[in-house]
Amino acid sequence: MSDVRQHADDIHAQFSDHIDVDIEDVEERLTTLVDEYKVPMDEARRSVTNHYLEEAGLEREDISGGDSEAAKIEDVDEPEEWIDLTAKVIELWDPRSDSVAQVGLLGDPTGTIKFTKWAKSELPALEEGGVYELRNVVTDEYQGRYSVKLNSTTVIEELDEDIEVGNDTSEVEGALVDMQRGSGLIKRCPEEDCTRVLQNGRCNEHGEVEGEFDLRIKAVVDDGIDAHEVIFDKDATEELTGLSLEEAKEMAMDALDTTIVADEIREDIVGTYYRIEGPTFGRYVLADDVEELGGPADPEELLIKARSM
Amino acid sequence: MSQSELTREVARRVFASEFNDSTYAFKESDDERAPNYALLPTGDRANRVFVSGTLTETEDVGEESEYWRGRVVDPTGTFFVYAGQYQPEAASVLRETEPPAYVSIVGKPRTYETDDGTINVSLRPESISVVDDETRDRWVVETAERTLDRIEAFEAWESEQEAPENASTAPTNEYAQMAREQYDSPVVNYRNDVIQALESLETVEKDDAEAPV
Repeated sequence: MSDVRQHADDIHAQFSDHIDVDIEDVEERLTTLVDEYKVPMDEARRSVTNHYLEEAGLEREDISGGDSEAAKIEDVDEPEEWIDLTAKVIELWDPRSDSVAQVGLLGDPTGTIKFTKWAKSELPALEEGGVYELRNVVTDEYQGRYSVKLNSTTVIEELDEDIEVGNDTSEVEGALVDMQRGSGLIKRCPEEDCTRVLQNGRCNEHGEVEGEFDLRIKAVVDDGIDAHEVIFDKDATEELTGLSLEEAKEMAMDALDTTIVADEIREDIVGTYYRIEGPTFGRYVLADDVEELGGPADPEELLIKARSM
Repeated sequence: MSQSELTREVARRVFASEFNDSTYAFKESDDERAPNYALLPTGDRANRVFVSGTLTETEDVGEESEYWRGRVVDPTGTFFVYAGQYQPEAASVLRETEPPAYVSIVGKPRTYETDDGTINVSLRPESISVVDDETRDRWVVETAERTLDRIEAFEAWESEQEAPENASTAPTNEYAQMAREQYDSPVVNYRNDVIQALESLETVEKDDAEAPV
């Protein structure tokens, strides 16, 4: 199919629910603009779309799809692109602002992405675990991380199917250069569905509570080019350090101080090289598979390169 | 959360010979809290470094309070590491470690001017860990690789400067440019240091025929 024909087809599809548009007519209008008047395709498309909108007495929001295209989550790499996603709502988070109706994480087989739904868009509520076709969402970027925003033109259709959610698995290899605050033996809020880490025995949400002990490490793994933040959950921490939660609790009890656990762990892991594999969540890599790295690769090849420079 | 926490500075890999030549320090903005960078002669900036080597000597050089100096040797030279009361963990490692020992250090470059006007570069540690020989060897190879990458980028930029007719495709390398303005030492020196470092690893056989000039 020719390029013009493809665009004509898209436009035709957008209007097919509303008015009877002849695809030949769409194509002819596009061809005239592009070939005769040397208008760029996207501008031609906008112009032709507007023509039909006017003819049908519709607003841009009324037509399906807009200029959006079906996309996979892993393909999102530009802000302000209009796309259609078929995705599952993995998690809903508490909106921090009244202007946000819902915020959370969407997933499809290629990965996960944050979404925001504005209150003023007055869209139906998404449910955790639900699978939806989301047409006309717009991508956004903040500090290199992408998200999608649902807006008043977005069309939400719940699908009666389940989809596999893939991980954006990444592998980082480098020196563990820092262990951050909040690592070691920590206490979490015991309230149902709240796992917030307590600060001085207080949960941000539930106030003073009797916390439950947990082990975790927040570390920075750095390869000299990028610094990656890595989280080790209890299992990963136990495996990395050989220290179990029970042993850590005893250690803290003996010392009458929980920070001793973090100190021990720090001494054990900082300054050592690791290869870490796991899913990424926001700016964190969750350590699933951890390998301590021993001696270097054969330096011969580098030596040859250096000598030939 | 401050901006610096959001964009954590990467720990550059740099051999002692190049580190000690990184005497030019600068900031990217006038903001008081803007990070300090040392300019590496191979054309990059370093707010933080990761080094590994042999701790050969420790000494408390403080007068009123403890101030520990450690000498950490790599195949190209010596890092001078200073830790006092504001780096208590690093200071205690220097106090308690019996040299010689392999160590890894995450830290920040600091410059100071001596009485005769020479500028010295030292390392202010964030952490010091005792490590094994495998970690130290891995660091040597990794640092060799990163250094060669910088030299390659420097030379690519340099050759574009010499052939301005290709200027439209010239790679921008502002730190290479800055290095050429600030330093006299040619980057080939650091290539020679890389070769020397790699040859020092036990697994590598020396190749006298192609020894550096």
